[in-house]
Amino acid sequence: MSVEVLSDGRKRISAPLSDDDVRALEIGDVVLVKGTVYAARDAAHKRMVEMLDRGEELPFDIRGQIVYYVGPTPERPGNVTGSAGPTTASRMDKWTPRLLELGLKGIMGKGGRGPAIRAELQKHTAVYMAALGGGGALSALTVRGQEVIAFEDLQTEAIRRMELEDFPVWVVNDCLGRDFYAETIRPWRKNDLLPEALHVPTDEWAGENGGG
Amino acid sequence: MAEPREIDATEITRVVRDLCIEINYKVPEEMVRLVKRARELEESPLGRQVLDLLIRNQELAAEGEYPYCQDTGYTVIFLDLGQDVHVTGTDLYDAVNEGVRQGYGDGYLRGSIVRDPLFDRRNTGDNTPAFIHTRIVPGDQVRIQVDAKGAGSENMGKHAMLKPADGLEGAKEFVLQAVADSGPNACPPGIIGVGIGGNFEMSAVIAKRALMRKVGQPNPDPRIAELEAELYEKCNALGLGPEALGGTQTVLAVHVETMPTHIASLPVAVNIECHAHRTGSRVI
Repeated sequence: MSVEVLSDGRKRISAPLSDDDVRALEIGDVVLVKGTVYAARDAAHKRMVEMLDRGEELPFDIRGQIVYYVGPTPERPGNVTGSAGPTTASRMDKWTPRLLELGLKGIMGKGGRGPAIRAELQKHTAVYMAALGGGGALSALTVRGQEVIAFEDLQTEAIRRMELEDFPVWVVNDCLGRDFYAETIRPWRKNDLLPEALHVPTDEWAGENGGG
Repeated sequence: MAEPREIDATEITRVVRDLCIEINYKVPEEMVRLVKRARELEESPLGRQVLDLLIRNQELAAEGEYPYCQDTGYTVIFLDLGQDVHVTGTDLYDAVNEGVRQGYGDGYLRGSIVRDPLFDRRNTGDNTPAFIHTRIVPGDQVRIQVDAKGAGSENMGKHAMLKPADGLEGAKEFVLQAVADSGPNACPPGIIGVGIGGNFEMSAVIAKRALMRKVGQPNPDPRIAELEAELYEKCNALGLGPEALGGTQTVLAVHVETMPTHIASLPVAVNIECHAHRTGSRVI
């Protein structure tokens, strides 16, 4: 097992993840990610899927791996990374199913995934986790190493192999197709103050394009 | 007629460079105060945990090693150029962009701008070109405000040409729905900039200018200040909370700007800012 349950209830995970590892992660879990993840965002995803369309292999073996949607700031001399917080996950929706088909097991980003991607996560037994949006400086402290492994010309959007030390994330979409946002927001909504027509569309958040 | 005051363009480059670096590491003191206040007000335990992390992130970034957020933004520049100023040496906008280039390079900030939105999405590498809003104003000074605007919140902006019959209630509902729709992508708790009136583009411009106001400072028009207070309360009633993980602190402030409009129009623009509000200004 690559999932370790800590005394305070948090879970520490390391790739490669098996289906059983993924099943041990539930929405709302606080997870500490340790070890290797692969950084890739918009432009890298587009290129990876173009490579697959041409019948080529991906620049890394994606089976069991974790992909982190991040484009870090340039590192200062002597530092292993710059700021490295997450970017909005739903922008990757177009490309995500292809990578899940190839065995991608864990994804980290910002915001949630809509019903379509949740169904894909369920189908392929994979998990989506959200990191602290806009907390790029804090995120940097848990990065122990990084190396560009492909698409260097994409600069911040190049694919990086990153080594993390207990990088904190929340499980937002688990392999049962559930969504943490929908559940965690409900108790705090004060309907008496809001117009009747107003709705908080947690499913549609994942259809918005976000950034970071 | 008074002689124009000469300002060398290199002075403008230096100020823009310095501001780009400063703002990306140290958020305005009002943001430090308002995030602490949100931490006191937040009722959700998870929300309080998130706000504690954001306070630590503010403190860590202010040490000057790691930028507050890896998305060091679109660089938006507000130039108030005194009409008695004569800028010498080089083209004014070249001087501004040179400042951005130097600031993003020397400050280890991320280049996030691509050359062309459709046909050539190659990164320019130095975050240029900046988006520059210029106003000619009385006097012989130049005021430069630099804003590093993250795309996560910027992409959540909404715009509508409402009908005059929609009125105040329609405008309020549009703003609230825009905030509800923004969810975690806009990295709450942030600031909601609202522009009402003008025409299609002016409503968006004043929404952005609303964000440039000192955070939490009400509009001087008491009717608008009241609207801001009501929207603040209602946005926080949505339940999104910090990072939209649930809670009572979804926004830190709502700023509304208005301007005259057409008899047939009621434009409303909502420009959302994340907790990484990075702006600063200097007067030359």
